Order: sequence, then structure tokens, then C-alpha cells
Amino acid sequence: MLLLFILLFPLLLGAGLLLAKPSKPFGIALAGSIIEAIAIAYALGTESLQFSQAWLPEAGISFTLWVDGINGVLIGLTGLLIPFIIGSTTNSDKSENASYLGLILSMQSALLGAFLAKDAFLFYFFFEASLLPIYFLAAQYGGENRTAITFKFFVYTLFGSLFLLIALIYVYLRTPGQTHSADIETLYLTARNLSAEHQGFLFLAFFIAFAIKMPVFPFHTWQPDTYTTSPVQGSMLLGGIMLKMGTYGMIRLVIPMFPLGITQWGLTVSVLSIIGIIYGSVIAIQQKDAKRLLAYSSFAHVGLMAAGIMTQSVDGIQGALYQMLSHGINLVGLFFVIEVIERRTKTRELAQLGGITQSSYVLTVAFIVLSLGSVALPLTNGFIGEFLLLKSVFDQEMYLGIIAGITIILGAVYTLRLIQKTIFGNVSKVTKSFEDLVLGEKLVLIPLILLVIIGGLFPQYVLTFSAASVEKLVALLN
Amino acid sequence: MTAIIALSLFGISNLFLGFWLSRKVVQQITLLFLAIGMGITVMDWNHEFLWFGNMFRTNNTSINFSIIIQLAAFFVVAFSNAFGQDDEHTHPAEYYAILLFSTVGAIIMVSFDHLMMLFVGLEILSVAMYVLTGSDKRNLRSNEAAIKYFLMGSFATGILLFGMTLVYGATRSFYISNMATVIASTAPESMPSFLYAGVLLMLVGLLFKVSAAPFHFWTPDVYDGAPTIFTMFMSTVVKTAGFAAIYHIFAGIFGGLYSTWVMPVYFISMLTLVIGNVTAVYQQSIKRMLAYSSISHAGYMLMTVSARQETSNSTILFYSLAYTLATLTAFAVFKLVSEHQTGRVEKPDHFQSFEGLAKANPYLAFCFTVAMLSLAGIPLTAGFWGKFFVFSDTFNRNIIYPVVLAILMSAIGIYYYFKGIIAVYFKQGEIDKIEISTLYQVALGLTTLGTLVLGLFPNIVKSLF
Repeated sequence: MLLLFILLFPLLLGAGLLLAKPSKPFGIALAGSIIEAIAIAYALGTESLQFSQAWLPEAGISFTLWVDGINGVLIGLTGLLIPFIIGSTTNSDKSENASYLGLILSMQSALLGAFLAKDAFLFYFFFEASLLPIYFLAAQYGGENRTAITFKFFVYTLFGSLFLLIALIYVYLRTPGQTHSADIETLYLTARNLSAEHQGFLFLAFFIAFAIKMPVFPFHTWQPDTYTTSPVQGSMLLGGIMLKMGTYGMIRLVIPMFPLGITQWGLTVSVLSIIGIIYGSVIAIQQKDAKRLLAYSSFAHVGLMAAGIMTQSVDGIQGALYQMLSHGINLVGLFFVIEVIERRTKTRELAQLGGITQSSYVLTVAFIVLSLGSVALPLTNGFIGEFLLLKSVFDQEMYLGIIAGITIILGAVYTLRLIQKTIFGNVSKVTKSFEDLVLGEKLVLIPLILLVIIGGLFPQYVLTFSAASVEKLVALLN
Repeated sequence: MTAIIALSLFGISNLFLGFWLSRKVVQQITLLFLAIGMGITVMDWNHEFLWFGNMFRTNNTSINFSIIIQLAAFFVVAFSNAFGQDDEHTHPAEYYAILLFSTVGAIIMVSFDHLMMLFVGLEILSVAMYVLTGSDKRNLRSNEAAIKYFLMGSFATGILLFGMTLVYGATRSFYISNMATVIASTAPESMPSFLYAGVLLMLVGLLFKVSAAPFHFWTPDVYDGAPTIFTMFMSTVVKTAGFAAIYHIFAGIFGGLYSTWVMPVYFISMLTLVIGNVTAVYQQSIKRMLAYSSISHAGYMLMTVSARQETSNSTILFYSLAYTLATLTAFAVFKLVSEHQTGRVEKPDHFQSFEGLAKANPYLAFCFTVAMLSLAGIPLTAGFWGKFFVFSDTFNRNIIYPVVLAILMSAIGIYYYFKGIIAVYFKQGEIDKIEISTLYQVALGLTTLGTLVLGLFPNIVKSLF
């Protein structure tokens, strides 16, 4: 029941905000998201939770939610980030917009649903349903040319997930029994026994869906525009949590289901991911718009996660899980820093910014710490995940590992360039009268700084939490 | 069965009620009639009966379809707004009576056990529709639509009859069960070749009614020309009855000839999907877009027919219901907005005249969005499960490529359905608050709610089988 509460609470609260439009929605939404975070923390601390309810018994489809070490990390991430995302509306007109906050909370439910689902069709249901709140959020409150860009995003991702749907149906119809079953663990067993040829096709169908979501090169063309044009909370949801549905899907479904498919296509996917890392980094270095730069950096980071997952090793998957967590925290933090600067200067152009260090101490520290986390400096959270990922890729294929290692250098280049151009250097016309952060903004940034450092110092809590499930998953492969 | 007698009598009494009762009251009485009809239909649940010299059978399947048909008719009457308060050119009592008659025809089409009954039902339904299509006498397009529909419809009926005769010649019976036995017990080599010709001719005749390509050319013009309220009826009731009949005949009598008709049906379903979806993209008018959308949905339903699984019947039922609810909602909002915009903008039925609807009319915008999402097959709505069941049935036959094509076409579908959503929510435009009567509001709420409830709990309908 706790899991059902976790799933439905944000949705009901969000629907309440959308319909009732209370005059002080910010406090309600924030309090709700904190209650939700506490409930999630409690659920993660409880052993083997499961909730099951018949949904379509004639077709063997059930409404089953569960928590294990793998989805636990992502559920935790969602619970942790939403209060910050809602908190980040502070000091802007968005904090008074009940519909806006309601959409964020509905989005939380959809994301949690995809992570919690133990039934493959339930997963799919939420995987697609999550597009609706983010679409309305971005298309209604986004920036320039938002209608066309968000529409492209919607059609592109939905098109990809349709392949997932048919591939899932295909495997599901081969499960034993009169009514079949869509339980993820039954699907593992069924799919593994299919012929290599079928596994190859199915792998591709799954991969296209998840690759568009993440995105992996060359399916990324929707991403920079969408991240840039979305309102900042939309970008946080997209980059901080939603893209993890893709990586999660790879770990949860693709790896255990199609071992023979991976033998055929695994290397191709790894190479594509690594092309994405280099390509994303190189483009990020040349960006003029700070938000767009972050979009490309996210694209580069996710490439490494995909390459690590494709190694099918404990290190690779553990690294990917840890990196999902830290990438979410860092990206949300960085988006917020850029948003704070944009609120005061009305611009995100690197060329027009500079010289903010003098005006705001907290902002400077936060920006530097979050960037270092993103660069994967030791003692920050980014280091742990990136190290494990690179190690796994290196163990599998040395040359790929070496090329992927360049990401650290390139990452440092674009991130340091971002810091240098925005906050260091000479004071410009727009940053002349830069006001210090208000209390609310500080309250969002300071915990994020702490999380970056805690994540770098004490990774073992998360890693041991997920270890057993990851090992079980990898053991299935041998 | 009792329902068709009751509804026919109600229809006749409706003609007289128009003399001394006001429009509003006639509308309410018609709603009551249909509610009684549904009640009578449900009473036969779990009983199987044969009537009229074993030509008419009621069982759970036919009851399910009859309920959908009457439900659709019920909502159409509820959305009719009594045909304007004091428009002297409309004749509500007659319209309602004709609607009831054609509902009777549709019920016969889902319950026949003898080909003559099918023909009678189809004609009752069609003739009533020809009249209603042309009911807007002063509108040239309505007249054109009626003539077109009538001529094309008569040809199709002729072809259907021709097919029936040939099949009769081969099987020497019009009874479905006898025909099925003869076909099953005769070796394929010793079947007369005109049997196959007859099967295909019947297929053509019926596909015309559900507007599958390449027999769809009448659809956009007729849907566009007919008064919106009757387009609503045509695109829901006629389609549901048509598919129930097609499935009944082809899975039932011609089940033994599966290999004969499956390839044409495949081919036609693919063609229908491509033509329906691709042409819909280019439409400027929402009404025409919905007409092409109805063509494309015929393609999905035909896929299930061609798969001929045990579950196909319930899939067709679910799909018809999902499609009916969404189409009713979409047309209901369209009707309100286009009537409101008439005189204010140049082209009231185009996407442009819907721009900015959400600002002053959030309720209408929401209902319209749910309908579009359901037609596009997005989760949370009934349309998603409809597509899901179709793909799942088709896959069960090991048919891969048509499903891949259908997926591509669903992606195209998203494009034109979202054009509606974008116009309503994200485009700038001026539409004042539109006054809606309580009945209209409640009916709209029910169809929208139905779409969402079926999207969350598909089992409600699926467990009926």
C-alpha cells in the first residue's frame, strides 16, 4: 500500500492543484513533495516491498509495483529531486502558478510509475504517459518557438516508444500459459530462449525506444532544442530524471532479456555511445548559450552511461546507477544556477556575462562545486560513477575505454569554460548590478552542494544498496 | 429482440409527439426511449434466443454491440441540442424518429443469423442515413452529400446482394450456421468457384459501409456535407454495426475460407491505414480530418478482423467503444465551437477557428484534448488499449510487417491529432466563453470520463467476454 501511496500521492496533489488552483500553491506543492520524499525514503528502507493488483487478468497483465536495488536508486533520485525542482521556482512567477506546479507533480507520478512497475506493460504505460505532463509544461511555458520544438520532441519520442510496444507484445505473446504474462521476470526467461535472429530485431526495437529517450547518438536531434526551450523546471525534469527512464529501461529490460541480441549489436551501441560522448562534448565546447551547453553536456554524460551499461558488468551497471544519481543532482543544480543568473541578467549568452563572483558568494561556490561534480573531480559525486563506468568500458575493450576517457578532458574544457565565461572575468553591462541570492534560492543551492560532496565521500551507501540486485541481474547473464 | 420492436414503436410515436410537444421535451423523451431500449437489451444478458424463424439471434456478443450502438445514439441525441431553439427549418421529431429507426437497423446488423436479416438491417440503417445526411435542405453541400451517399450506397448494396446470391448458390442456404457447416464439410476443391467470387463481393459491399480504402471516396464529402450531429451518428453507429457484421460473417460463416479472404483484407487494411492517415495530415478542416481519421481507424479494426483470433471479437468491441466515445467527444466539441464561430470567422470548421479555445473554455479544451489523445492512442485513454489489443491480436497470427506499418501510421496520426491540441492550447486566438446547456455539459463529461476510465481500467469491457 505504501508503494501505491507513493505512486498516487503526487498525482492526486497535482490534479488538486490543476483543478482547484489555490492562491498559495508553492507551499502546498513543496510540502507535498517533501512528504513524498519522506515516504520514499521510508519505503527504500523497508525490505522487499511489493504491491499487486489484478489489472487485465484475461491478458495476464497486472498492476504490480516493487522496489529492488536497481529501481530503488531511481525512485530515490525522483523523490530527492522533485522538492528541489519545485523549490527552484522560488522567487519567480512560476511559484504562484498552480497549474505549473501541478504538472510537475503529475510528472513525478508518471516517472515513479515507470520506475516502480514490475509489469512490462505497466512500465510502458507510464513510460508514454510521462510525455503528457512534460509536453504541456514545455509547450505552455517554454521559450521561443516552443510549439514546434516540443511537438517534435513528442512525436519523436512517442514514435520510438511504439517500437518498444510491439517488441514487448512480441515477447509477451511467447510467454507460457493460456493468458500469458507480462511480468518482467517471466519476460526475462522467455526472451532469453528466443533465437539469435529474433533477439537481434527485438534488441533493436527496444534500443531505439530507449536511445531516443536518453538520447544516444544519432537519436539526439530533439534534445538540445527541447532542453533549451523548456522552462527551467522542465529541463530539470527532462535531464535530471526523465532521461534516466531510458538508461533504466536498458538495465531493467534490455540487458537481461536479449543476451544474444547484445552479442550482435552491443559493440555497435557502445561505439555509438562513445561517438555521442565525443560529439556532444565537442559541440558543448562551442556553445554560446549556457543552457544549450548543459544540454550537450548531458548528452555526452549519458553516452558514457550507455557504454557502461552495454558492458553488462557489475561495475558498469553500478557505475551507471551511481552516475544517474549524481548526474541528476548536478544537472538540476547547474540548471538552477543558470536560471538564477538569467533571472537577474535576462540573458544566457556566455559573451554577455562575467564578473559575478564579486556579487554573490553562495552562487560562486555552488556553481564551482556543481561544475566540479559534473567534471568528475575526485571527492565529488561525479567521480565515483564516471570512474566505475570508465573502468568497465576499459575492461571490456581497451581502445574504447581510452577514447571514452577523453570525455574527462573534454568535460573539463566545456565546464570550466562555462564557469569562466559566466562568473569570472570582468563585470559586464548586464552583471553590473547583480543582486545577491535571496534566502529561498540559497536554501535550494546549499543542500545541493552538500549532496555533491556527500555523494563523493560516502558512495558506499548507495552502492551497497544496489549491489545485491545488480549482481543478481548480472548473474542471470552467465 | 424486444428492443428493436420497442424502438420501432418509439420511433413511430415520436413522429406524433412532435405535433404537440416542444422540441426540448421530444429530445428528453427520445433519450428516455433509448434508455428503455438499453434496459430491455440488457435484460437478455446470459440468455441466448432465436427469433423470427431463427433468423435473428441475441446472445452476449450481440447485446454488447447493441448497447454500444444505443449508447452512441443516446449521446448523439443528447448532443443534438434539440436542433436549435426555434429554427423553423429543422424538424426534431422526425429526425429523432429516423435516428431511432436507423438504430434499429444497426441492432439488426449486429444480431442477424440469416443473410436476409443482414440485408434488411443494413438497408434500414442506410436509408435512414441518406435522409438525415440531406436534412439540411438549404445547404448545397448537404444535398450533394446525400446524393453521393445514396448513389454510392446503392451500388454497394447491389454488390453485397450479388455476393450473397452467389454464396447462396454455393451453399444453398441463407442461415449462417448452415452455410458454415456446408463450407466446413466440403473439400475446397469441390467448392464451386463462384463461392469465392461471392465472398469477395460481399466483402466489398460491407467494406464500403465502414469506409475502408479504396471504397472510402464518399466518406470525406459525406461527413463534411452532412449536419455535424448526423456525421457524429454516422461515424460511430454505422461503423460499429458494420464491423460487428463483417466480423460475424467472415469469422463465422467464412472462417473455413480464411485463406481466401485474408490476403485481400490485409491489403485493404494496409491501404486504408496509409490513405486515411496520410490524407488526414493535409486537412485544414477539423471535420474532414475526423472523416479521414475514421477511415484510418477502420484500417486498425480490419487488422483485427484479418487476425481472426479468439480475442478478436472483444477487441473489435473494445476498439469500437473507445473510438465511439472519443469521436463523440471530438464532434461534440467541434459542433459547439464551429456553431459559435459561424459568422465570426470566415471558416468556422478549420483548425484556425479553434485557436485559443482553452483560455475562456477550459472544459471544452480538456474534453477535446482527451478525445484527440484517445484517437491518437496515447496511454491514460481508452484508445491506447484499443491499439494494444489490435497489435496483440495481429501478432498472435505472426503477422509482423503490417504491424510495423500500422505503427508508422500511428506516429503520423499523432501529428494531425496534435494539430488540434496545439490549436486549442498553444495558439493565440480570441474565443469568448461559449454557453453550454447542462445536458450537453453532462453528456460531454460522461463521454470524456468514459474514455479516461476505460484507459485506466480496460478490464471493465474486456471481462465481458
